Order: sequence, then structure tokens, then C-alpha cells
Amino acid sequence: MRSFTYTAPTSVADAVAAIASAGPQARFFAGGTTLFDLMKLGVERPSALVDVSRLGELEVIDTSGDDHLVFGASARMADVAADPVVLRDYPVLAESLWRAASQQLRNMATVAGNLLQRTRCPYFRDELYPCNKRRPGSGCAARDGIDRGSAVLGTGDACSAAFAGDWPVALLALDAVVDVVGPRGERTVTLADLHVEPGDTPDREHSLAPDELIVRIRVPVTPAGRGSTYLKIRDRESYAFALASAAVAVTLTGGGVVEECRIALGGVATRPWRAYAAERAVTGRPLSAETARAAGEAALAGARPGNLNAFKIELGERTVAEALRIAVERAGR
Amino acid sequence: MTAFEVNGRKVDLEVDPRESLLAVLQDRLHLYGTKKGCDHGQCGACTVHLDGRRVVSCLTLASQVEGREVRTIEGVAGEDGTLHPLQRAFIDNDAMQCGYCTPGQIMSGLACIAEGHTGDDDEIREYMSGNLCRCGAYVGIVAAIRQVAGPAEA
Ligand SMILES: Cc1cc2nc3c(=O)[nH]c(=O)nc-3n(C[C@H](O)[C@H](O)[C@H](O)COP(=O)(O)OP(=O)(O)OC[C@H]3O[C@@H](n4cnc5c(N)ncnc54)[C@H](O)[C@@H]3O)c2cc1C
Repeated sequence: MRSFTYTAPTSVADAVAAIASAGPQARFFAGGTTLFDLMKLGVERPSALVDVSRLGELEVIDTSGDDHLVFGASARMADVAADPVVLRDYPVLAESLWRAASQQLRNMATVAGNLLQRTRCPYFRDELYPCNKRRPGSGCAARDGIDRGSAVLGTGDACSAAFAGDWPVALLALDAVVDVVGPRGERTVTLADLHVEPGDTPDREHSLAPDELIVRIRVPVTPAGRGSTYLKIRDRESYAFALASAAVAVTLTGGGVVEECRIALGGVATRPWRAYAAERAVTGRPLSAETARAAGEAALAGARPGNLNAFKIELGERTVAEALRIAVERAGR
Repeated sequence: MTAFEVNGRKVDLEVDPRESLLAVLQDRLHLYGTKKGCDHGQCGACTVHLDGRRVVSCLTLASQVEGREVRTIEGVAGEDGTLHPLQRAFIDNDAMQCGYCTPGQIMSGLACIAEGHTGDDDEIREYMSGNLCRCGAYVGIVAAIRQVAGPAEA
């Protein structure tokens, strides 16, 4: 492993100053469950780590507000998953967290680090293979390799690696935003604008500058939270990444008609994927098996399979349909 | 220097920023009970408690434990060697075969019980899924945790 310096600043201002003075190869370090893992593999080679995992001001969880739920960047996944308001009113958020990783990892991993986790494509993680994401221009080993886990939506010629996270998919469905602080001041980025498709630059995965620190995630308060679910389909029942997942949140009119609907997909796309066409397919009518199925098909329209992952298209469609059924049932309670 | 506590004992070490907590426990403090399995956070063999919460020590930087309390499998039995009830339960329920994953299973199981994630056996399985056992002693592991946690909720 390349040697690096380690500092643990005690304020946001110090953390931003530390990253700026440490140069372009310095990285923020939170739970380390992505970064330290990839440093051991030689995939990440930071020159300096600025530890933000124990900045008290970043660990706040406040779900009491009328406008937003507020999750400090360094709040742990396990703590947000156990928040009583999240558990009661936002099952899509709670399920996206407790169905991710393991309790040990969730005690370490932060909700901001989770947003910037890297793909689990086996070729990205292995120095022996070419990978346009790891080494721009070197080629893509998955193209002629085992691409069973790759994405079918948002794919590009250079890279089709799937986005691996769950929580960002749930946040996207709920129109969350992140507040960011950098040397040039503070700004707010919507979840929709945070992650980018690979295009010709798959090494660029999000729209933040290296010296910008996420300080909090805000989720607009919504009654659709109660009628929500995060359904995650994987090779084993627990402790595995998604092959396909759907975050769905709905509200119903008194007559059982879907009034508002949000759908986002995980496991099947190169970034957290909002499915607006699928939302339109169910909004304004009661949910039936047919409309749910139609929404699933709309969500996966335009999918481009590789060699071994065409199964993700039907799996994704069915995951959306089943998540809609669960969300509508919860909304009707 | 990085100062922290391991099983109630104060330690103060010069650590390389690249060292994991797992490496420091084994190589520097000669506490070999905590096991290295995958070294990438996937198997749970290196599970320890940090300030009372279970974490994987392979992905914890040693520098990050400054000022904190670490508890390892060596800190579980009584001073006189009396086994902790969960250690006893692992023996009673035949919850191991080769034993390599057992320290991690016990550290994780202690936390699972303390967190209250033992409502029914499915909940135990969900919250113990971060600890792999290649011998497949899962049935015994769930039974051992159940024995110490008390009967499932109706
Ligand atoms: C075995 C295993 C299984 C897993 N399973 C799942 C799963 O099923 N679902 C899932 O969603 N995830 C899963 N994960 C991924 C895990 O959830 C992420 O690694 C974790 O959430 C990352 O958070 P962290 O705090 O550890 O980030 P770190 O590793 O510390 O950092 C990750 C990235 O975020 C940056 N960063 C961290 N904090 C900030 C900040 N405040 N501002 C700006 N940049 C920041 C870092 O510079 C780094 O680039 C798994 C991981 C492992 C090891």
C-alpha cells in the first residue's frame, strides 16, 4: 500500500482546510469500508487521509423537523436505520439501510460515504485486468468477461459497471439533497445531480470536487414515506449486493387511486436510476397487476444487456411491480 | 503515538497509518484470538467491539481507535477463566467445527443480543449474516444465541 499521512481534524472548517492543503490526491476518510478496502487492493492510492468519521457536528440525526429529515454526513448507517421516525414513517429508507452490508459494516459506514462508494465490478477491483474506470483508456475486461453483475441501464461503450449502493437509490426516490462545503463556500446538490453516467469518463462518478465535503443529507418530509418500500433482490437472502432493487413511495386518494408515485432502481443501472416513465404509468389510476407490470416494463425500457446479464431486465421489471404492490398496500393501511 | 484500551488494558503504540486494527492486535499486541479471514470486510472473522459496538477490525485503521476502547475475544471470559454464557452456549450447541470463525461469531453474537436483534430466529440470522462459517455451523450458532437471549418473542 502506498504510504499516506493521516489527520483527524476536529471541525468542518479544519477538515476543509486540511484537504485543500494536502493536495489533489488527498481524500476524506469516514468509515473506511470502501476506501481502506480499495487501498488494500491498490485501486485507491491517496497521498493523505483526512478522517471525518468523528466530527461530532457531522454525526447529528434530526428527524423532528417539519420540512426535512436531516442526516449528518458521518451518521452511521446502523443509527439512521434504527431512528424511530425513519422506521415508522420511511420504510424505504430503513430497508435500504438494514438490507445493506452487515451490522458490523453499518456500525462503521457513514451515510455520506455510502453515497460515494465504488462499484463492485470484479474487474474494477482487480489490478490484473484492464478497466476504464480504474485506469482510463485501458479497456474493459467485463465486455468479454463475466458481466453478470453489470448494468443494463445508463451503460456506455467504455463501462457498464453497476452502481452498487442501496441507500442512494432510496434517497433519489425521495428527492433528497446533499449540502456540501468546500474552499469556495457551501452549495446544495440534488441526489439527481450527484451521480453521473459513465459516458466516455467512467472514472468520474459524481459531480463533487475532491475538496468538497458533504456535511449533511436532507430528505423532504413527505406522506409518501409511509407508503414505501425498498425491495432488494440478490443471490442470497442477506448480506449481498442487489441484482435488482426498487425504491417505491406512493400516496393514494381515498378511492385507492395512486395520487403520487416515485420509483428508483438499483442493481440494474450505472447510477441510482429514477424511472419517471414508470411513475407516469401508474399515477392517476388504481394499482392492478397489469399496471404494476406495465410500470416495470416502462422502467426497463431502453435496457441494453451484455453477455450474461439479460436476466436483469425481466428481474428488474418484476422487482418494480412487486415493490409497487408492497408500497400501495402500506399506503392503504 | 496512538493510545487506546484493549480489554481494559491501556496501550500506547507508534502505529504506521497503513496498519489496520486487526494487524495491530495480532502483530503488535500478540492477541491472536481475533482472526484474519478475507481482510476485506466480507467474512466477519475479525469482528471486535469498538466502544461497545461491533466492527470489522480489518477495515478499521489503527489510527482511528485513538482514545477508544477495544474489546476482543480475549476479554470475554472471566478473569479466572470462567467462560461467558455465550461461549458455554457455543459448546452446548455444537456451534463450531474448525473454530476459525468462532471468535468473530461470538463477538458478533454478543452485540446481536445487546442490540436486541433476537426477536425471532430470522432476525438472528439477518443480524448475524456478516459472519460467514464455511463449515456451516449456522444452525448451532443461532441456537447458541437463542439460548443466551432467551425465548423468541411470540
Ligand atoms: C462486504 C461489504 C458488503 C457491502 N454491502 C453493501 C450493500 O449491500 N449495500 C450497500 O449499499 N453498500 C454495501 N457495502 C458498501 C458500504 O455500504 C460502503 O462501503 C459504505 O457505506 C461507505 O461508507 P464509509 O463511511 O465507510 O466510506 P469511506 O470508505 O470512508 O469513503 C467512501 C468514499 O466517500 C468519500 N467520503 C466519505 N465521507 C465523505 C464526506 N463527508 N464528504 C465527501 N466525501 C466523503 C471518501 O473520500 C471515499 O471516496 C458493502 C461493503 C462491504 C465491505
